[in-house]
Amino acid sequence: MTRRLLLLLLPVGFIGIALFLYQGLGRNPSDRDSALMAREFPAFEASTLRDANRQVDQTLLTGEVTLVNVWGEWCPACKQEMPQLLELADRGIRMVGINYRDTREKGLEFLSEFGDPFEINIFDPEGDLGFELGVYGAPETFLVDADGVIRYHHKGYVSPEDVREHILPEVEKWR
Amino acid sequence: MALVRTLSVLLLLMFSGGAIAGGIEVREFDDPVMEKRYRDLTASMRCPLCENQAIDDSDAPISADMRERVYQLLQDGQSDIEIVDHMVQRFGDYILYNPRLENRTYLLWGLPIGLVLVGVIVVVLMVRARRNASAKALTAEERARLDALINRERSS
Repeated sequence: MTRRLLLLLLPVGFIGIALFLYQGLGRNPSDRDSALMAREFPAFEASTLRDANRQVDQTLLTGEVTLVNVWGEWCPACKQEMPQLLELADRGIRMVGINYRDTREKGLEFLSEFGDPFEINIFDPEGDLGFELGVYGAPETFLVDADGVIRYHHKGYVSPEDVREHILPEVEKWR
Repeated sequence: MALVRTLSVLLLLMFSGGAIAGGIEVREFDDPVMEKRYRDLTASMRCPLCENQAIDDSDAPISADMRERVYQLLQDGQSDIEIVDHMVQRFGDYILYNPRLENRTYLLWGLPIGLVLVGVIVVVLMVRARRNASAKALTAEERARLDALINRERSS
């Protein structure tokens, strides 16, 4: 009796492990949460894209729910997602940009060509702030709540569906 | 002459090394221990962008930044554990080729050991069951039937 039970246990165990591993196969390895989720936005000090003399720090991101978008002139997907970001700004969501690994000249050129949904742009030419945020490519978008805590992270291009299905609900949730 | 030969060999080695390294910078270390730690650390971290390349083998910009940070932290006198923590805090457990042993990873590390143990138990049970079966003595009736079968075989 115990032997029959044991023999039954083997295929059941095998199928269980196989299913567990199989569902891992279908997952997208680049689709993973930011390590900064539920943590405070990292401390930083940087100038703004438009004004080299103006210094900003992490207090910029407290007081109101803010979407922080990491972008660069060199990044094609950043151009494609601009209409979505402009729409989000139109809806009254506070947007702050991080101009990542770029030059002032090219960054400003980008904004005049594709529009500027951002209240302010943090200038991050060496990617120092990006490193603190665990950014490894652009675009990336972070939702920061009124206390300056990171609540949501979107890696890569923001499509109109992403806005409807993920970003707007998240903004509402943390407001 | 021997000196010239040695020098030219050295030069060749230098250039071939440069060609193999590609876009990856060469760092100088005064301390061989530090150099070994740098190599081990950068070989143990996965590039977040390129999915299966270690940061010591990847020319993605983020890998260069991470190598630079590892180098800086080593110079600052941080321990290997502190450096790994520094990176994981920013880029997540994903970058570790060897996940750390913690609540979340007990299953990951324990499963192979558990499966081997189950296998050993199954084999032991099967061997014992088989040994018991063969050791079982025949009844008188079975013995008679066996003799009859053997005799029939012989006489035919």
